Amino acid sequence: MDLTYSDEYVDFRDEVRTFIERHRDQAPIGELSRSRARLAWQRLLIEHGYTARTIPKEYGGYGAEPDILRSRIIAEEFSAARVPMGLADQGISMLVPTLLERGTEEQKRRWIGPTIRGEVVWCQGYSEPGSGSDLASLKTRAEVEGDEFVINGQKIWTSTAKEADMMFCLVRTEPDAPKHQGISYVLIPMDSPGIEVRPLVTMTGHAEFNEVFFTDVRIPTSQIVGERGEGWLVANTTLKHERGMLGDPNAAQAHLQQLVDLMREERADGDRLIDNPALRDRLLKLQGTALAMKFNGLRLLTSSARGEDAKIARLAVKLNGCELNHQIAALAIDALGELGLLYRGDERARDGGGWQWQYMFQLGMIIGGGTAQIQKNIISERGLGMPREPKTGG
Amino acid sequence: MDFGLSPEQHMLQDSVARYAAESAPLERVRRYAEGADDGSEMWSALVDMGVLGAAVPERAGGLGLGLLDAALVQEQLGAGVVPVDHLPHAVVAQALVRTGASDALAKMLAGEVRYALALSHAVQQREGAGVRAQGDGALEGSSLFAQGLRGAERILTADDQGRLWVVRTSDAEIRMHESIDKTRPLGEVRFQSAPAELIDPSGEALGDLVHVARVLLAADTLGAVQHMLDAAVAYSLEREQFGRVIGSFQAVKHLCAEMAAQIEPARSLMWYAAYAFDHLPDEFALCACHAKAHLDEVGRFVARTATEVHGGMGFTDLLGLHYWFKRIGANRQLLGGPELVREDAALLQDW
Repeated sequence: MDLTYSDEYVDFRDEVRTFIERHRDQAPIGELSRSRARLAWQRLLIEHGYTARTIPKEYGGYGAEPDILRSRIIAEEFSAARVPMGLADQGISMLVPTLLERGTEEQKRRWIGPTIRGEVVWCQGYSEPGSGSDLASLKTRAEVEGDEFVINGQKIWTSTAKEADMMFCLVRTEPDAPKHQGISYVLIPMDSPGIEVRPLVTMTGHAEFNEVFFTDVRIPTSQIVGERGEGWLVANTTLKHERGMLGDPNAAQAHLQQLVDLMREERADGDRLIDNPALRDRLLKLQGTALAMKFNGLRLLTSSARGEDAKIARLAVKLNGCELNHQIAALAIDALGELGLLYRGDERARDGGGWQWQYMFQLGMIIGGGTAQIQKNIISERGLGMPREPKTGG
Repeated sequence: MDFGLSPEQHMLQDSVARYAAESAPLERVRRYAEGADDGSEMWSALVDMGVLGAAVPERAGGLGLGLLDAALVQEQLGAGVVPVDHLPHAVVAQALVRTGASDALAKMLAGEVRYALALSHAVQQREGAGVRAQGDGALEGSSLFAQGLRGAERILTADDQGRLWVVRTSDAEIRMHESIDKTRPLGEVRFQSAPAELIDPSGEALGDLVHVARVLLAADTLGAVQHMLDAAVAYSLEREQFGRVIGSFQAVKHLCAEMAAQIEPARSLMWYAAYAFDHLPDEFALCACHAKAHLDEVGRFVARTATEVHGGMGFTDLLGLHYWFKRIGANRQLLGGPELVREDAALLQDW
């Protein structure tokens, strides 16, 4: 165990700092959309290897060898300097790794470059109203007519469907095959005739997700990734990447720090909220859990650098991380008392009503990306070697 | 940058686990708990392994490793509910290193002089406990929950100024407690003008010693909860009801998954806290408090849940699972329960 960085990495950190100092004025602070400034920043980061770092040069990336410590140093320095990191949407973090592993040469050349540059935005078409935890039961059909797929059905929980240019989507192409073997992974332009996107308003009062309806949507059969019927395997390449994103301990650290600041500044009956022993003890419990998750993150980094499987330490991240975020928001609301009721738009709302939003949205995260119950199945089966529940039907 | 155990650390864990299996199988733990084994063979075998000096520099006769290595030893002892007093000796070793008492340290590492640790009054004062110096050569007062008294010749304690003293056991009045955890007897020591040697006049070492002990308690609990989870999973794969092993029911699988999901991050926290003692001193006290409090909470959850997975068998004396249940329970109370320790963490951060 050694938490210091060797000279090579100390030099690299200096390099990143120098870059940030030199280019800080070009950083698009606070601009989340794909503005011209944001895309220019993204191109600059790729050019210097601060994002899309390990994507091969021929596909538009920087072409470096994977080095998880360098990636971490980049993330730490960008976050400390409060300049935006490279884009990390579903296209970049899920589709691109999938194409690199399973795509044809033509698909890689066509899609990876524009995706990492932020020129093409993707959404994910997996869940359906009748297929959540049992995703492999999905029913959206793609029938072959000549050299085209004709797609009919419905997807739900599609987070960036309105902004997206493209969707990576699971469809049933072999209705007679067993459910896992009848699925294909296809790429669908969102401006195709027959696609309708409807915003899905959630309990937060906002439409963080959408529903997408397909009526006779036609795409060339060449838009398939992997073979027909292999879509389940192809999708599992990306699900692995999604679970890594949900429950990120650094996000929990940031939320916790915001909560500490709130409880030290806000007063009730003249006392700081943190002076209330019951609230303070809850805060300390959360701090302990957040530290455990933070150090667990260090452990995963090392496992990954050593090429080892961290097993349960990795499998537990989504379950624990999402619960922790939910609990942090819950304490903020409780500490604020009646003020904790105020939501976006109220002038007395603390942190813009963001804690109530977090409290509800994080419950969505506990359910999404593999429910907590599915996570427990995975931990017990893959982590502890316990048997699967006997299957009934399909 | 590497946050994982080294091959040598894995070997250390394996050798202590082997020692536990060979020298302290459950039948023997049971005999010790029932007073039919005095523990001396288990103790000598531990001394012979040389691990008492894991976190003692080589020039002082130790292995020259760190607190993390001592904690890994303690973890394996917890996993086997081994009735040996590694913890008080590992803490005393740090006191003797800090105060440069090299002769005393050498004798302790060789197993020639055994120590008890009487610091509970420095964490919380109950029943009028407390220790005061009389001049610079004697102590007056009492400490309620001393560890390692059985077989000890010396007692390490602290006075109300935080200064460290060593007293001969023969100069103290000792009463053993009837406590729930029979694998580590606890007792009360009383000093009446007891001759004592002042080993740390500065009063600055006490805080660190308490935190070292807290990390070791956390490590002991970590080992014990891992054993309880392993035992629960193994039992669930043998026990059949309704024509299936109970480990195939989600109700049981999810309990096991919840235990596992809590144990692994807690392990990372314990590692970090122990590592911080040697390498990140500014972070040590806070991380030690969190490691102790967090493992106390995980410990309570796992001790109860793993027992529940064992059903009626878990509730029996026959299976012996209760030795782990009680050891985890004792670790939780010793040197500050989670609420008290979290208050220490609040003070350390000026909250």
